[in-house]
Amino acid sequence: MSVLLYLMPIAIGLGLIGLGGFLWALKSGQFDDLEGAAWRILNDDDQ
Amino acid sequence: MTATAIESANLFKDFITLNTDGQYSMNFVVEGVHCPACIASIEKNISPLPNVSSARLNLSLRRLKVNWKSAPNPQQVIDTLDAIGFKAHPFDNSGAEQASDEEAKFLLRCFAVAAFASMNIMLLSVSIWAGAFSDITTETRTMFHWVSGLIALPAVAYAGRPFFIKAWRGISHGVMNMDVPIAVGLILAILLSLYETFTNAEHAYFDSAVMLCTFLLAGRYLDQLMRKKTRTVAANLAALKVDEVEKINHDRTTTKVLVKALQIGDQVLIKAGDRIPLDGQIISGETEIDQSLVTGETLPIHAKIGTLVYAGSMNGNGEIILQIVATQEKSFLAEVDRLLEKAMSSKPPTVLLADKVAQYYAPVVHLAALSTIIVWLVLGASLHKAIVIGISVLIITCPCALALAIPAVHVVASGALFKSNLLLNAGDVLERLSQITYVVFDKTGTLTQTEQSLIEASVENQDLLELAAHLASHSHHPISKALQSFQKGKNIALSDITEVPGQGIMATFEKTQCRLGSMEFTHTQDIQNAWKEKYPQATFLGFEFGDQKTIFAIEQKLKTNALQVINYLKSQNYGIDILSGDRAQAVEKIADELGVISWQANAKPADKIAALEALKQQKHKVLMIGDGINDAPALAASYVSLSPITASQITQAASDAVFFSQTLAPIAQIINVSKRSKSIMVQNLSLAVIYNAIFVPLAMLGHATPLIAALAMSGSSILVSVNALRAGKLLKDFKT
Repeated sequence: MSVLLYLMPIAIGLGLIGLGGFLWALKSGQFDDLEGAAWRILNDDDQ
Repeated sequence: MTATAIESANLFKDFITLNTDGQYSMNFVVEGVHCPACIASIEKNISPLPNVSSARLNLSLRRLKVNWKSAPNPQQVIDTLDAIGFKAHPFDNSGAEQASDEEAKFLLRCFAVAAFASMNIMLLSVSIWAGAFSDITTETRTMFHWVSGLIALPAVAYAGRPFFIKAWRGISHGVMNMDVPIAVGLILAILLSLYETFTNAEHAYFDSAVMLCTFLLAGRYLDQLMRKKTRTVAANLAALKVDEVEKINHDRTTTKVLVKALQIGDQVLIKAGDRIPLDGQIISGETEIDQSLVTGETLPIHAKIGTLVYAGSMNGNGEIILQIVATQEKSFLAEVDRLLEKAMSSKPPTVLLADKVAQYYAPVVHLAALSTIIVWLVLGASLHKAIVIGISVLIITCPCALALAIPAVHVVASGALFKSNLLLNAGDVLERLSQITYVVFDKTGTLTQTEQSLIEASVENQDLLELAAHLASHSHHPISKALQSFQKGKNIALSDITEVPGQGIMATFEKTQCRLGSMEFTHTQDIQNAWKEKYPQATFLGFEFGDQKTIFAIEQKLKTNALQVINYLKSQNYGIDILSGDRAQAVEKIADELGVISWQANAKPADKIAALEALKQQKHKVLMIGDGINDAPALAASYVSLSPITASQITQAASDAVFFSQTLAPIAQIINVSKRSKSIMVQNLSLAVIYNAIFVPLAMLGHATPLIAALAMSGSSILVSVNALRAGKLLKDFKT
């Protein structure tokens, strides 16, 4: 029981980090051009 | 800043925005971007321009965004892109599309929050359900309920906004839309669960509430994605009208101005290969005008001083000075635009399947919940028990499956169609397509390839043919492309290359003159007469080199699969018609080749609409396929329309779907997919109804515990989504 008391906040905390990451990616425009992103990885030039 | 940079910034000042970090940015719509290699090519050429801090091409939207540290110079960007073969137009970023973009992002954020909340609450709920079979203590269960509530409350408050807002709007206008029962269900579920948590009772429905949000938001977001594609094309079209031209001032100098700033009587300089911006009369110069996109006429017309040319047609090889006779509002293009708008506004909005169901949904659901409460009370249950059961009925009926039923099919179908080189332009294309009974084709550029191809040459001398091909490559005339196949790469040095508009092109090779062009120009009339019998409907190109002569017979070839597709349509019992703006001989030939009996030639835009009206009178639902600007009003007036990507932007915006390939196979695919999709949509809706039919009585009888509710919701959603996957099956015969 006492295990749950610190495991649950950790679990929820990790979930929040995941959510935060997704919202950040959305805000920084990473989902704006899905087709282009797929093809960009095939570019030969050096980054 | 150089003088031209200042000028350029000034010209486009309405399109340049100053960002918060002090940088300038501007968007351009770029034509001709269809391949991924374009990304690298464009970005590599624009990034090194002076003061450019970044250049990024959005392949999905076909737009380029350029950021400048200072001194923005849009003209330089347009010129650089032109040099590598892309036509760019300035794009105004504000407008309806921005709004729909914001809406899509909002839905996605809400979905993300709801999904994460669902996953975390599920952790706890599964523990409770598992514990219900073993020995979970009330304290542990209550603690889990508390934590679930802690997660659920902010999550539903944030992620439920789309429903709460729409439901409130509906109620305040006295209309009962789909969102009212959802919002009511969500609120009651949370309140009930909070009450249960406070009283250490057994059933808390936090998981149902957030799961409901998740599935519904998924459906809404998919729906929004579909609409986004439509708006993109329309917005890109608007950008096309903002072109600039070189206006000739009174003092004979030229200034670059925007097309919309031109007045009647202004003189503009049109270079070779440029598009004619407005209707005008040629006052200087001579050239050939390609009107195929505007009138469907396949042969370029010879234009000289005094000839009237239309906006939208392409200038051939000569530089001309045009005097504007009609401003943008009065040009042929604008007339087509007007016909288009009239046609679009008179198109009855199809009542979608989903909407039909939604109309009955809200009242039925509320009635069911209310009657459950009353019946239980009458049967002697406590108020608490009656309310719990009533709310559980409301939760169970909440339409996860319904919300996913149709968007899921749309997404799968449009994904499969994209693989077949088809882009859907409207939300209800598939449903409308499944209802058509008649197919009308345009000829030029739709059934036939856009370029002319060679049937036969009258001699076999390879060297002579190669010389002819080499000479042809120096000509801007579209017919010269037909000789490309004879070029073997030999280095042929031609001098004194002169193009004589309306006649042909001539040059000197090894001290002898060679000529390529019309019969009179190349003195090949005698050969032509013999060949006219062999190929009665072809056009002829003559070639003369000293005393060696040859002629080439040229025609417009059908696109690959054209006959196969027509036969497929016939086998499915669709009526077929060909409506073309071209001459009767050309149309008759194509119609014969395809076995189509009903056809019309020399059709102007109004004629095409009249033909469609006649079919409508006979209760036919028509699919129209066309590519020219002259097809645009007809495309908008038909029940459904398709156009190839080689069509002008205005036509693409008027049609319901765009297919990009040199074959007509996508047409067969989309008709097949639409019929499948319609039947799968009906199946999904039936599944949703069956699910309700099973679980609502269960709920009414008091068996809808949170566990059952969760199983029902996720089960039905998964079933509906998996069924939707079947919509992606394509026809094997027409695989591109």
